[in-house]
Amino acid sequence: MVANRRTFLGQSLAMGAGIGGISAGGWGALGLLSPAWAKDEPPLGTWPAGSQGSSVFIGITVPRTGTYAVQGEDELKGYQLAVEHINAGHPLIKAISPKTTKGVLGKEVKVGVADDGAKPNQAVQNISRFISENKAVLMTGGTSSAVAVALNKLAQREKVLCVVGISGSNDTTGKDCVRYSVRECFYGQTAAAGIGPVLLKAFGKGKKAAYLTPDYTYGHTVQKSMSDFLNKEGGWTTVTNQVSPLGAPDYSSFLLNIANSGAEIFLNINWGHDAVLSIQQAKQFGVLDKQKLVVPYQVPFLAREVGGNLLEGVYAATDFWWTLEDKYPLAKQFVAEFEKKYGYKPEWGANACYMQFAMWANAVETAGTFYPPAVIKVYESGAKIQSTVGEVHFRPEDHQLVRPVVIVRGKKASEMKGKEDYWEVLEVLPGEPLMQKPDAFGCKLGDYS
Amino acid sequence: MFNGLVLGALLALISSGLTIIYGTLGVLNLAHGAMFMIGGYAGYLTFTATGSFPLAILGGALFVMVLGVVMERVIIRHFYGRPHEDQILVTFGLSIVFVEAIRFSFGSLSYSVPPPPWATGVTSLGFMLYPTYRLVVVGIVAVALLALYLVLYRTRLGMIVRAGIEDSVMVDSLGINVFRVFMVVFGIGAMAAGFAGIVNAPVVSLTPDMGEMILVQTFVVVVIGGVGSFPGAILGGLIAGQILSITSMINPGYAYVMLFAAMTLVLLIRPRGLMGLRSRD
Repeated sequence: MVANRRTFLGQSLAMGAGIGGISAGGWGALGLLSPAWAKDEPPLGTWPAGSQGSSVFIGITVPRTGTYAVQGEDELKGYQLAVEHINAGHPLIKAISPKTTKGVLGKEVKVGVADDGAKPNQAVQNISRFISENKAVLMTGGTSSAVAVALNKLAQREKVLCVVGISGSNDTTGKDCVRYSVRECFYGQTAAAGIGPVLLKAFGKGKKAAYLTPDYTYGHTVQKSMSDFLNKEGGWTTVTNQVSPLGAPDYSSFLLNIANSGAEIFLNINWGHDAVLSIQQAKQFGVLDKQKLVVPYQVPFLAREVGGNLLEGVYAATDFWWTLEDKYPLAKQFVAEFEKKYGYKPEWGANACYMQFAMWANAVETAGTFYPPAVIKVYESGAKIQSTVGEVHFRPEDHQLVRPVVIVRGKKASEMKGKEDYWEVLEVLPGEPLMQKPDAFGCKLGDYS
Repeated sequence: MFNGLVLGALLALISSGLTIIYGTLGVLNLAHGAMFMIGGYAGYLTFTATGSFPLAILGGALFVMVLGVVMERVIIRHFYGRPHEDQILVTFGLSIVFVEAIRFSFGSLSYSVPPPPWATGVTSLGFMLYPTYRLVVVGIVAVALLALYLVLYRTRLGMIVRAGIEDSVMVDSLGINVFRVFMVVFGIGAMAAGFAGIVNAPVVSLTPDMGEMILVQTFVVVVIGGVGSFPGAILGGLIAGQILSITSMINPGYAYVMLFAAMTLVLLIRPRGLMGLRSRD
């Protein structure tokens, strides 16, 4: 690494004049920002050191071990495919980021990957190393919203951009939002607003609901959003909310309480392997025979891991499901490319991560510079972006992507057209009407520099 | 309460494997959790190949026993004369190798083994409903522990093992081939973990990480029960199971805190554990 960095520095000194010329051209073409603005700015975060060579570095932290390992690997594949496409100037990237030729502003993208086991402190440590040793110009991580929130804080402190991977907590772009971070997947609140009416239509009003909630920011905010909506709009009552630790080895004590709670609907907020295990054990405890299961925020690979058709007829809100390829041409292209490389259909984590890198490439190309405030301003312009779920844009006030919410229902074995045909897409709801006001969760973005 | 019994029974079985290895060989086997995990995966493979749950139990247990024997012959044997730190490092290293090998070949996706058809569903205990298979687990483990007891207390091998726990130098000087005994003991100890792994597979689902958490609990059980003591491991397992499940019902966050608090208490009052023999050496 050290040798590489020295080589880059050497190259950048030699190429100094050339780069200056290119970036001045970029600024002029953009016409919005004066070329002098970025050039005269004092160094900020890893700028300009991180983008002076012939390549730029992205620090990736994902859980490759622990309860979210499966989803982390899927995310990583999404990132890696995006980087491959960015460096090759693939047509799919060009459809999302029209100014892309090869690489980002002509620089090759390199990545470093580290495992955080979904632990926030490990994630921060991983990325801090990528910043200090590799001068990373971008960081990403997630799967656990606790990690996403921790990276948000790191991004703002270090003034290095962050694109969040999987994260459904209301805090990520709410209470803990920052200027230096953006999110692709929707708020738990948006999921609740999307799936809530569907549940009321399917099950009726005045139902008794039991919740099983993982004990961290994601679980608490999604549980609150769901119960607030269902209790207020449908007159449902929450008979019990069982809070379980992340990565619990056994759910029997919680499930016994749920089994004996008299609930009619069982809303399982758990995620990753926790969701798999708790649903399998819910079956063992007879909960699924008496209560209708709902998974408010769909979990990648859940259906294939749980097995035994336990998800038949189960409603969920999701970010992406591969059969959307029938509706969106970019989704079709993405699913085909992903399957060609990895041999299975991508789940929503892979899609979110692919899109995050593609949209970052778009933002940097549009800004014509890696200077973080300029890139952030492109995100905040709210310009339309083509994506695998149609046209989307970022909300400037909270850096949240405005994107559709996909409502799915688990298929019966007899309806499945292939072994990966687990979910039926019921509705694709436009995101904007479902979203709460940007400041509803107390988002204050903070400074540019 | 029943949750605690099921968990406790499993912990008792795994811990007894760990404790007889330590008691006889003096080796602290940090790969014991990995043995538990591999037992589950080997059983899963047997199950997918044969569709029979009893065969899966047999396959899981036997595979881990063979693995244990090979591990002892090829690696552990060279570490008997070396300091404890070396033994800990080598078994810790082996556990990483095993976990990553499983992750490499199976991926992180979890696998599940369904319980045998006659043990699915729930049983009414009068005051509550409880999954049938979990009740069966208690029975299976009780039988396994009984078998282990008979081997340890009613056979010549068991006599040597117990004598070895008391005083291995003396056994050695009596002209008994300790190396062969060591190998068998390591195999049996590993098998106990592997057996527990496959028996537990229908309750949880299999992931490469599953051994790590159980290893910590197992160590606590061994310390509570008394290092090297077979009855201590059983008692410790049942106590730990109850502590974990009762605390989980009140506040899951404190389950481990309570477990370690109990361990500290035991160590303060009885430094050798509840049923600990006099310390080695």
